[in-house]
Amino acid sequence: MSTDTDSGYRGRTSYQALLLGGFAMAAAASLVIANIATKDAIEQRRAEDLLASLDQVIPPAIHDNDLLAQAANLQLASGQGITLYRALEGKEVTGVAYQLQAQGYGGPIDLLLGVGADGKILGVRALAHTETPGLGDHIDVHQDKWILGFDGLSLGDPPAERWAVKKDGGDFDQFSGATITPRAVVGAVKKGLELFRDNRDALLTPEVTKEAPADRSSSNQSTGGRS
Amino acid sequence: MIPDYGRIARDGLWDNNVVFVQGLALCPTLAVTGTATNGLGMGLATTAVLTASNILVSSLRRIVSPQVRIPVYIVLIATLVTLVDMALNAWLHELHKVLGLFIALIVVNCAVLGRAESFASKNSVPAAAADALAMGLGFTAALVVVGGVREIVGSGTFFHGASQLLGEGLAFLDLTLIPHYKGFLLAILPPGGFVALGLLLAGKRVLDRRLAARAEAAAIRKAASSAEALASPGKAGG
Repeated sequence: MSTDTDSGYRGRTSYQALLLGGFAMAAAASLVIANIATKDAIEQRRAEDLLASLDQVIPPAIHDNDLLAQAANLQLASGQGITLYRALEGKEVTGVAYQLQAQGYGGPIDLLLGVGADGKILGVRALAHTETPGLGDHIDVHQDKWILGFDGLSLGDPPAERWAVKKDGGDFDQFSGATITPRAVVGAVKKGLELFRDNRDALLTPEVTKEAPADRSSSNQSTGGRS
Repeated sequence: MIPDYGRIARDGLWDNNVVFVQGLALCPTLAVTGTATNGLGMGLATTAVLTASNILVSSLRRIVSPQVRIPVYIVLIATLVTLVDMALNAWLHELHKVLGLFIALIVVNCAVLGRAESFASKNSVPAAAADALAMGLGFTAALVVVGGVREIVGSGTFFHGASQLLGEGLAFLDLTLIPHYKGFLLAILPPGGFVALGLLLAGKRVLDRRLAARAEAAAIRKAASSAEALASPGKAGG
């Protein structure tokens, strides 16, 4: 209906180039402004989310410190690096929380594991995942209570060979139609507990050990959170 | 030129429904409709973006020349979606946690570009806004229906997790229709989306045909009765 004006200035290549360039610049400028305006708020929300998750895997009753303030980057003897959140009561470490990654059906599953000083699980939560809605997303505590089943368990309880889904002869329920997801989570939690067992002293020492000496880390390749 | 809002609403909701008639936006339709709740969230987020993009495109329609319109619209829509995503994340974080998954998907929703191209770029701002609302609500309704069918067949629930999206007040919507249901995997997986959509499309066709037949029958009856009235003027005139 407005093609009659195309013979005028709107039909010129220079007009079109300037128009497209102008729109691209306006879009870029508004995105930059929005990014600056929202960056701090988004960062704060992210910290609040992390704190909320930490509160779920470390009961507030067993610590009197700010969990986020006590975050430490720890280089384990295996060469693996983890971000550790320590729960302190006075000077005593009563529990630790750290992130794990499992390979699920739809991609990586980020888990947060809280372990008490006695080696018992305080709580596990799925922070982020891309599992099939309605099938694998039962690991999400909002969808299902399944993940609460880990509370209070430890490496000896159930015994190591029973740390698997029932289909594999273990103690943990799989979901109907989804075995890969719970299998991945159970395996990751078990690995997380083994990490705690192997590094117990380093994890429970309240001093913040920044980094291990560089010459000792001979296994540089295993930094991907997988061992 | 006064736009026919009744026509716009009918087109968006039924006669020219984005999913059921135009067959557009099948990617988000099939990807997120595992539950009715997800369908509702995706539908509402899309409606908001569609309304904003239609209004923008319509108000810029005299500036944008036809040769570069598509890239301009794409830049506009992508920017809009990113802005909405950032703003929700910063200031409406609870909502963003629920809708975050859907917002990024709206960029690839060809229905948004489709409406910009086929309606907003040729019509006034109020008409474009009305079209966006009608199309968006039609899209939402389609997603809820597809999601509801797949959810009921696949996991025996309806509106599972509704309270997370809509607030605790609407928790009553969250129904478990079939307790201890083992689930029907096919319905939940993406192929089930195609199957459910195909069956629903067939159902809509049957319904449309029945409605058309009934309308035709009514028209014939009306014509017959008026003919009768003409034939016996004494009776009709009384």
